[in-house]
Amino acid sequence: MTKGWKLYDQRLAWVLVAPVLLLLTLLLLLPIAMMTVYTFFTFVTAGVESAVLTFDNWKEFLTDSYYHGFLWKTVRVGAITAVICAILGYFPAYFIWATTFKHKWLLLLLLIVPFWISFTIRTFSWIHILGEQGLINVVLIRLGVINEPLPMLYTEGAVIMGLLHFLLPYMILNVYVSLEGIDRTLIAAARSMGCTSAQAFREVTLPLSIPGLGAGLLLCFVLAAGSYVTPQLLGGSRDALFGNLIYDTIMGQLNWPMGATLSIVLFVLLGAAAAAYSRYMGLSQIMKGLSA
Amino acid sequence: MHDDNSHDQPRPASAGADRDPLARGESQPTGKPAVEFRDIDIFYGKFAAVRDFSLAIRKGSFVTLLGPSGCGKTTILRSIAGLVDITSGQISIGGKRVDDIPIYKRNIGLVFQNYALFPHKNVFDNVAFGLKYRNVPKPEIVRRVKKALDMVRLPGSETKLPSQLSGGQQQRIALARAIVFEPEVLLLDEPLSALDANMREDMRVEIKKIQRETGITAIFVTHDQEEALSMSDRIVVMNAGLIEQIGSPAQVYDQPATAFVANFLGKANMLPGSVTAMDGNMATIALASGHVVKAAAPKALTAGSAITVVVRPQKLTVGTAGAANRLSGRIVSTSYLGGNAVYEIDIGAGTPLRANTLIDGQPLREGETVDVCFDPLGCVLLDAQGVRIA
Ligand SMILES: Nc1ncnc2c1ncn2[C@@H]1O[C@H](COP(=O)(O)OP(=O)(O)OP(=O)(O)O)[C@@H](O)[C@H]1O
Ligand SMILES: [Mg+2]
Repeated sequence: MTKGWKLYDQRLAWVLVAPVLLLLTLLLLLPIAMMTVYTFFTFVTAGVESAVLTFDNWKEFLTDSYYHGFLWKTVRVGAITAVICAILGYFPAYFIWATTFKHKWLLLLLLIVPFWISFTIRTFSWIHILGEQGLINVVLIRLGVINEPLPMLYTEGAVIMGLLHFLLPYMILNVYVSLEGIDRTLIAAARSMGCTSAQAFREVTLPLSIPGLGAGLLLCFVLAAGSYVTPQLLGGSRDALFGNLIYDTIMGQLNWPMGATLSIVLFVLLGAAAAAYSRYMGLSQIMKGLSA
Repeated sequence: MHDDNSHDQPRPASAGADRDPLARGESQPTGKPAVEFRDIDIFYGKFAAVRDFSLAIRKGSFVTLLGPSGCGKTTILRSIAGLVDITSGQISIGGKRVDDIPIYKRNIGLVFQNYALFPHKNVFDNVAFGLKYRNVPKPEIVRRVKKALDMVRLPGSETKLPSQLSGGQQQRIALARAIVFEPEVLLLDEPLSALDANMREDMRVEIKKIQRETGITAIFVTHDQEEALSMSDRIVVMNAGLIEQIGSPAQVYDQPATAFVANFLGKANMLPGSVTAMDGNMATIALASGHVVKAAAPKALTAGSAITVVVRPQKLTVGTAGAANRLSGRIVSTSYLGGNAVYEIDIGAGTPLRANTLIDGQPLREGETVDVCFDPLGCVLLDAQGVRIA
């Protein structure tokens, strides 16, 4: 009797994966399960809840348009950020891929240089650029272009700006990786059959880099929609996103059951977006694998 | 058609000798050549990938660029398509200089080694691609795609994706895609090397058949001598960026112009020696192995000049009593190939001789002592520079 062989030994695999599995269970799955249970607890008063099970929190979330407004705003900001990232990020990725410059690695290194500085510090830096005493306003006032400082900080624009700053490298890297996977003879083939370079881009390069663009969009959307620090630092009270709402519900109102409910809502929403995408991605990956 | 001896000029031993580019290609003065190279040099930075390349290709002929890896075959092919810039010289297609014509306006069909089908487009869209960019009306596109798919014997495969086809089928689609818009020249860069041996032979026949039916001018690149010999009207043997010989398959095989060609095509036996006497057109040659042989020389040779006798493995007879040029030796290895056998025979000097003979029944065993003979007319003589004495 012959058995199919595997790339790994079953027992060894479990041993090697166990630490991560344990951590994920203890620090992710268990807390999520506890949070889920919490959504059915009854809120008594600030900081106090009882284990009397109820659907009240869910009812409140589903009926109160206050929450829906936040949800919509979060999705909108996430989507706008992701789309701007895609538009801004595609071409740098394309040129890093297409250049004949000998030291490509240097260009790629430049992309991850921002990660060497703390994300919070990078976000704070915008205050000195957009604020009333910030770079832009001071320069414009000195030049006499304006008399009053422009209100730029603590707006939705500032939040999106901060998110772009944070997310653009992710988009560029994702697109770059998918471009790297394109066989350049395909482009030579298209050119030889009568395509100008713009037409070859539209027929071959762009469609074959869509998976990377899609992965970048998903990543940027999920990270933007789940962000908390950026709107906290750069947004006004009206620019809070769902993450800030959760923070306020739990830390401000001390309403744990409602906070748990909102957390689960955001988690399920972003999880669903990722799942829907990876299902589509999965299919296209298989197609790519077969044609290789 | 292609037994015109005037094409077959060996490369002069030293580079830079003057010669007429046209004389090296097709000599038929009728009509313009389909493709013509004049003194092409191609550099990658400082590295000369192709030097001094001149060739004229007759309309409708099948020309093969043959040579070892890295000799510049792909570079030449891509220069026709405009995918590689030539450093100097000029290329004409159908009598028109194309130096300044961009890739997409040269009317050229390309078949790549790795098929290069668009993975995200189905067979129809792949094949129709070139027609779409030539403003062919839709019904006409449908008709011509169908005709091309019939020609490569894959009718009805329009809606399949490339990933759903075998390697051989993908290469046939690639061929259909390249011929469907009736290009002036069809360029094939090692189109068969990714296929397995059986498939390769079928495709060889098929490509040749389609080329003949369509009458298209084809330039085929390979490093496989069998492919080159079986498919071509004319073979251009290249080495290290230079042309070694241009000729019909029989010419390059039977009358190799240089030691390189003799070696590259069919691993000829090279027997170094020196001329000891001339009797009419028959030279007596003392081989380095100590044997003395006779060989027909196309011109008088001075006694004492160094020379190499080139004998094809098929021209050596083993065991039977041949008339002249009897060399005795010992069999060091035997490869039984069914109808024939390849022996390596040690005759006492340097590399063993290779003999490929028809056999009837059992091959000779290793270790046996045998006589090897060859006909004085069945060999080629090379001078000290490795150039054929003509
Ligand atoms: N883009 C390039 N830059 C620098 N050198 C190159 C480039 N392309 C090819 N070369 C060099 O030019 C020479 C000829 O290359 P070419 O691809 O024409 O060889 P080939 O005869 O097609 O070989 P093969 O049979 O391996 O395909 C090689 O030595 C190769 O290293
Ligand atoms: Mg090549």
